[in-house]
Formats: sequence, C-alpha cells, structure tokens
Amino acid sequence: MDNHLTLNLLIWRQSGPEQPGMMVPYTISGVSPEMSFLEMLDHLNDDLSRRGERPVEFDSDCREGICGTCGLVINGIAHGPKSACTTCELRMRSFKSGDTISVEPFRATGFPIVRDLVVDRGAFDRIIAKGGYVSVNTGAAPDGNAIPVSKFDADRAMDAASCIGCGACVAACPNASASLFVSAKVAQLALLPQGQPERDHRALKMVEQMDREGFGDCSNHGECEAVCPKAISISHIAIMRRDFMRAAVQ
Amino acid sequence: MGKSPLLDAKIPSGPVEQKWTVFRGDADLVSPANKRKHTIIVVGTGLAGASAAASLAEMGYNVLSFCIQDSPRRAHSVAAQGGINAAKNYQNDGDSVRRLFHDTIKGGDFRAREANVYRLAEVSVNIIDQCVAQGVPFAREYGGTLANRSFGGAQVSRTFYARGQTGQQLMLGAYGALMRQVNEGTVKMFPRREMLDIVLVDGKARGIICRNLTNGEIERYAAHAVVLCTGGYSTAYYLSTNAVSCNVTAAWRCHKRGALFANPCYTQIHPTCIPQSGDSQSKLTLMSESLRNDGRVWVPKAKHDQRRPSEIPEDERDYFLERRYPAFGNLVPRDIASRASKRVCDEGHGVGPTGYAVYLDFGDAIKRLGRNKVQERYGNLFAMYHEITDDDPYDTPMRIYPAPHYTMGGLWVDYNLMSTIPGLHVLGEANFSDHGANRLGASALMQGLADGYFVLPYTIGAYLAGERLGAIGTDHEAFDAVEQEVKESVAALLKRKKGEKTITEFHRELGKVLWEDVGMSRHHEGLETAIRRIREMRAEYHDAVFVPGEGEELNRSLEMAGRVADFFELAELMARDALQREESCGGHFRQEHRTRDGEAKRDDKNFAFVGAWEYKGRDEEPVLHKEPLVFENMELKQRSYK
Ligand SMILES: Cc1cc2nc3c(=O)[nH]c(=O)nc-3n(C[C@H](O)[C@H](O)[C@H](O)COP(=O)(O)OP(=O)(O)OC[C@H]3O[C@@H](n4cnc5c(N)ncnc54)[C@H](O)[C@@H]3O)c2cc1C
Ligand code: FES
Repeated sequence: MDNHLTLNLLIWRQSGPEQPGMMVPYTISGVSPEMSFLEMLDHLNDDLSRRGERPVEFDSDCREGICGTCGLVINGIAHGPKSACTTCELRMRSFKSGDTISVEPFRATGFPIVRDLVVDRGAFDRIIAKGGYVSVNTGAAPDGNAIPVSKFDADRAMDAASCIGCGACVAACPNASASLFVSAKVAQLALLPQGQPERDHRALKMVEQMDREGFGDCSNHGECEAVCPKAISISHIAIMRRDFMRAAVQ
Repeated sequence: MGKSPLLDAKIPSGPVEQKWTVFRGDADLVSPANKRKHTIIVVGTGLAGASAAASLAEMGYNVLSFCIQDSPRRAHSVAAQGGINAAKNYQNDGDSVRRLFHDTIKGGDFRAREANVYRLAEVSVNIIDQCVAQGVPFAREYGGTLANRSFGGAQVSRTFYARGQTGQQLMLGAYGALMRQVNEGTVKMFPRREMLDIVLVDGKARGIICRNLTNGEIERYAAHAVVLCTGGYSTAYYLSTNAVSCNVTAAWRCHKRGALFANPCYTQIHPTCIPQSGDSQSKLTLMSESLRNDGRVWVPKAKHDQRRPSEIPEDERDYFLERRYPAFGNLVPRDIASRASKRVCDEGHGVGPTGYAVYLDFGDAIKRLGRNKVQERYGNLFAMYHEITDDDPYDTPMRIYPAPHYTMGGLWVDYNLMSTIPGLHVLGEANFSDHGANRLGASALMQGLADGYFVLPYTIGAYLAGERLGAIGTDHEAFDAVEQEVKESVAALLKRKKGEKTITEFHRELGKVLWEDVGMSRHHEGLETAIRRIREMRAEYHDAVFVPGEGEELNRSLEMAGRVADFFELAELMARDALQREESCGGHFRQEHRTRDGEAKRDDKNFAFVGAWEYKGRDEEPVLHKEPLVFENMELKQRSYK
C-alpha cells in the first residue's frame, strides 16, 4: 500500500534582509506520514538542489523540540496545527494528500528576516543579558542542599524554565509582544530563593530591554500560550508585571 | 610499550587524591591587571564552552565566544535529558569521590587516565552547588532537598536531574552566566559563526578563521590562547541522536595543523533510541537512560514472534539484561546493553517491522508506582515517543534500538586540557580525556561543566603565566596564509554548477558504512573494506558533489558540504584506529576478541594505551603515538556486571 502524500506547498522566499519576498508554490510527492515537517522540507530541498535550484533556507538543530532553533508559521499558526509541539516534532501524518500548506517565517519587528524562513532572534539574547540570571561567580556557591526549596516551588520554577526561546509567542501575538518569553525567565527566578536578591531589578531591566527591541505590549490575547510548544502559562506574565511595577515605583 | 615524546600528559606527582590540590596550590597565576591584557577565544557555547567563557571572563580575561547556532543557548548540550552525576552522597548510599572515580574508570573499561578521572570526581560536587546557586530548578524531595536517580554502571543513586530536561536547565544556567558577562562587556559574543581553521604563530595557537554564517564573510580573530569546546562527532554516522549541526570540523582542522586525535574508534552506541523508520529520516531520537530505572527490557523467547506484546505471556518473555547481568540488571553500562540488544535481534528475537528493536516496558512500573508517578518522572519522554511513533507507551511497551550517541575519542589533551598544539585547549566532548572506551550515563554533562567551570580556569592561567605572550593583531602574516587556504577550500566546494548526488546522499552513504563496519561490532576484514570504501566515496565526493548557492551569503548547503568533507577524512581514521586496536574494550568490540560468553575481551598487556594519531598530509599515512596508561589506584581486571 502506498501511503505517501503529495502536497502543494506555498513557501516564503526572500533572498536577503533588504530584498522583497513572496510566496512561491512547490509540489512535492513521496512524503511519508512518519516524516517530520522538517524532513519533508529536506526532501524538497534535495529535489531543488538536484534540479540546480536554490534550496529553501530554514533553521533547525536538535530536531526533537528542545533547542528552540526551528520555527515556522504553518498554515498561519506558529509551529503548525498540533498543540504543545515544535515545528521539528510535527509529523506529516497531521496532513492529507492533496493539502495545500503555507509556510512562512516567524514575523515581528523584533525578528528581522535573514533569508527565506530564517529570522534573527538576537533580541532574545539581549533581553536575557540584561538580567535573565542569578549573578553568582563560579566558585562562590554554598552547598546545594544548604537552602531547601519546596518541591512545589521547584516544580513551578521548572514549568517556567522549560521555555525553549523559540519565539513562537512573539510570532503569534497580534502586538508581537515578547511578554511570555520574558515572563518565563522572570518567573522561574522569582519562584526560587536564589532569585530573590535581584528580583525586582531583573524584571525592570528585562522589560525595558524588551521595549527597546521593538516588541509590543501584552494585551491579554492569550495567543502566545496557545502556540507555545512547551505550554508555558500566561499566568507568568502576571508575576512579571507585579515585579516590574514594584521595581518601577521604587 | 614505548611512550611517544609528543604525549607528555604532565600529570602532577603525588597520590591521586592530592594531585589537583597540589597543582592548584603550585600553579603560576596571572595577576588581575595582566588578565585584562589577555584575550582568550572560546569556540562553542555548550556546557563546556559557556561555562569556560563565563568563568574566564569573571576572572578578568577578555573572552571572544563563538557558536554556530543563532544563540549560544541552543548548543547541543541543551538536548541532554537524563541527568548529571556528582559524588554528593546525599542519599547516604555509600557514594564518595573514590567510588565515582572507581565507577568511571571501570565503566570506561580501563582506558582512561586515572589522574583526570579522579579530578573529575572531585570537582563533581562543586558543579551541583554552582548550578543550584544559578537557579537551576533541579528535582526536589518533599522536604526541599535535592532528589537523585540511578544511571547505568553504578549501584548508588548519584544522578541529579531536572525532569527529562537536565541538559537544557544546566545549559540555561551556563548561558545566563555567559550573557551576564556579555552585559558586562567582558565577553564578546559571535553567534552564527563557524570556525574553519586555527592560526598558529611560532607554533602556538593565536587565532582562528571563521565563516560568518549570515553573510558568508571570512573573518579573523586573534587571541593569546584558543579553547575548543566544539562537541563530539557522532553525526559522522549521519543518523545519530545528536543535533544536525554537530560536526568535527573545528577539531579536525586543528588536527591537520598538529593536534593529535586520540582514540577516534571509541564511539558510544546508546541502547535506548527510537528505531529507524524510513530512509528520509534526518536523525534518531534518544529515550533517556533514566528510563531504565523503571523500564524493563525484553524480547519474545520465540524467534520471529509476530504477536502483539500484550499477547505474549510473562513466561514467554526473555528479560535478557536481567537474565545475563543479575547484579546490574537493566542498568548495565551502555556498551553492554547495546551489544546485548543487537545480539538478541541478530538471533531473530527482535520486534517491530524490521526485527531490529527490543521492548522497553513500563507495565510493571505503572502497576507498582501508578500512572501519575511514572508521568511525573518521564512524562515529556513519553510524549516525545508518542508524537514520533504514534504509539502510547502508557499502554504498550516502547520499541527501542541502539544508535550512535556520543564519542569518547577526541583531540588528545594533557592533564591541563592542552592539546599537542601549545595554547590550544580542548574541553567537553571534543577532547578524549575522561571516559576511556565507554562513557557512563550522566557523566558528559559533569565533564563539560567540570572542564569549563573548575579545571580550565586554573590550567590556562598556568599556561599564560608561563608563556608571557605579547599581543598580536589579525594583520599578522600568519592570518593571511590560513585565510587564503580557507577561502580556497570553500571555493573548491562551490566549483560545480550541477550534480546528481546531493550532500545528504553522500553523508547517508558514509553513515551506512560506518554503522555497518565501525559500529557496534567490528572485525578485521570489515574495517579494511570500510577504509577502501571511505576512500572511494571521498574521491567521488570531491569530484561530484553539487553545492548550490554562493559563498558570500547564508548557505546551509555549503556549511553541510564542508562538514561532510571533514567527516570523510575522520571516518577513515576511525576505521584505522579500530583496526589497530586488536582487542575489545568498552564501545569498541572486535569480533575476534571476545570471551567465551561473548563479552568484550581486553588485552591489557598490549593495548593499555591511548592511541593518538598524527596527521601527515592528505595522502600520507597517519602515524600512531602511544600514551601508556598506568593504573596505580585501581586493579586492572576484566569488567563484570553479572
Ligand atoms: C539526546 C542526548 C541526550 C544526552 N543526555 C545526556 C545526559 O542525560 N547526561 C549526560 O551527562 N550527557 C548526556 N548527553 C551527552 C552530552 O549532552 C554531551 O556530551 C555534552 O552536552 C557535550 O557538551 P559540549 O559542551 O562538549 O559540546 P556541545 O554542547 O555539543 O556544544 C558544541 C558547541 O560548539 C559549537 N561548534 C561546533 N563546531 C563549531 C565550529 N566549527 N565553529 C564554531 N562553533 C562550533 C556549537 O555551536 C556548540 O555551541 C546527551 C547527548 C544527547 C545527544
Ligand atoms: S530543531 Fe530544536 S526545537 Fe526544533
């Protein structure tokens, strides 16, 4: 039985940051349902390359949903139709033969396009640099068990810490806000004793940098939570707001 | 056994427990004012690179940090799942620095250097403290203390973890430390850069040549020393558990400039991975070793049994690890578990469509612990498995099979983590140093962070203090020559305007040869055939591969093409090293050398050495150098987990 799919793809092609881009149609056959979405694109690229054409550029690395490198808007949804799933984890069994699938980059002012589906998410690093850590030098740490942390807090901190920094939240937000990303880090450290000394300062600095990078405000649409491949809760944004306000009035 | 003069390991004298303390007490230091005048290049931002770069910058050095990904946080370390070892003995189950040392030497099948391993075990305890202080959300007990789990090759519970995302959490801790230094201006970060060569001045490492992956420009960077933290080379096999950008390029190009490459044949095939499903697959997915804490491995007793697992009664199942290794059961080291799985499949007991898979069954665990507890421990791994295979491991056993995962071999380094090129230090998976012929689970994260946070910051200071190097600029003539060579090799890859076979097809073919003949089981003829095949394929690659696009732009195909070219050269060395090593040890299993019950048979009389290869030129035979391994604290004996 041949269960291979034939698909019509519409892919965003743009040869450089300053060049105009457009959606280009491709037809691809021989796609097996076990393939991941990115393996389907590899397959297309092999075809293109054999024909002497330029492959579609996209980012990926771990291909198992943890590094946050991949990220495509598939049929209008960041990371595609499955919830709590990155682009690289998405399998082609989510599609039917004959489907038309549009593939676009994560678009936002804060994420300029580099080429085709590749964007520059350097803004995220610059936000973290402003305070997404505990300021402790190597060698200056007390024993790991010196400060007990309740299992409940550790688990909640871990929920926040599982953010992979992919930027889907920004791509999905009508305001292109980075609030879910920033709040995940702020909340992780706010929930742990180690994060307390710098707590307010951290929220202030990171939020200021987020604004500077051109990300919009959060107006509680909740689209970010819906597309987040790690299902990070929008409730973290409330923690961030509280810490930010406290710091801002001081 | 003659010791090569090139391989002076510089192990401090004295008893093994005191070597590191004495070293630190006696090492020359660089004064704070002088540290500012020293620039150090750190290539790679995985656990090894990020921890090294952050620590060096905190100490006052100027650091230039490089990685391939668009952000340092995405380095491959982020994918590690199961955990990190440390001899904390928080469980009061008899653990100690000495026991971790002992387990690691034995796990490595007596092919690692005692002094390095002891130091690793010693600093392991500091790593956990450091990470906790950074806000790494390790799993906790209800009382608020740190939780532990067990990993293979150990009878104590010393593995710290953060759900199934330990690597991610340690990575984000180290990345945070790194970004803090970026903010302070002590680290300059260069993401989307690929190091393509090293620049030597007066024989010492003084700079690198990179390709800017965004615009294709070839760039030069100068420093007083270079630190390579560029990870392992499992992707030589094409299909592996590693990220797709993992490569050997930086290490290999240093090898060609004089850094000896040690034990390239020591590769780790991990027992619990999701089996291959089709030819278009781009990578294999690991199911963490931690699953063997609660999962039981079995196959049907009958050959070619087509029944569903639920239809096979208990007494018709062969729990072959528990049967063959009662003392360690499902938690035998990886090399042993992998070979045992291969053996039952080769004998016809394998399951799944290809017959190359075994069951990893959580039925008993769910009965014993309840679904919730199992979900809490392994939820994300189960979800990942479900997504990939469309099977739900809560209802039916997982199907797993071994896959290339980790490489113990790497650039040779001395006790100071310096290669045979003065000034070039190598950390993490990229070096060969601590795991011998087989790495124990949860020990790579430990080694990467030990090297970066706690070892290199001391040893590099001693090097710099001793050398008193002056500053050089990138206008030094040595940069002209190397840059020219890099540009020529990039241009050579782009010279064809059309071609039948794609880069991926070549890589996949190379991977097949390595998997068949330099994989879990090796023999003389197979290795000789592999060497011949690799050479033929390499020649064909250079004649026929087509690389689309241009050099001066973002071009993934070009990046891959360069990496695959290096894999061809490395692959030959892996096979040669495997051929040379006429014994079985750890992950290196030679069919000719086994005990009567099929276990690996070492030859300590003739092969208790580190084999380090010297590059002699494109078409010259490489030369093998030997560093004899001396065991003063452990008795050399046949490994047994029975
Ligand atoms: C799926 C998986 C799970 C694992 N789980 C565990 C576990 O539970 N416990 C454990 O102990 N170990 C585990 N390991 C092993 C462990 O993750 C790795 O050995 C370890 O993280 C390697 O760290 P590293 O810093 O040496 O290199 P990496 O993390 O691989 O980093 C390499 C860095 O070098 C950069 N780089 C490479 N080449 C170049 C170049 N030419 N130019 C510029 N930059 C370059 C990359 O961009 C990257 O930043 C696992 C491995 C895998 C694949
Ligand atoms: S490639 Fe790593 S998350 Fe998708």
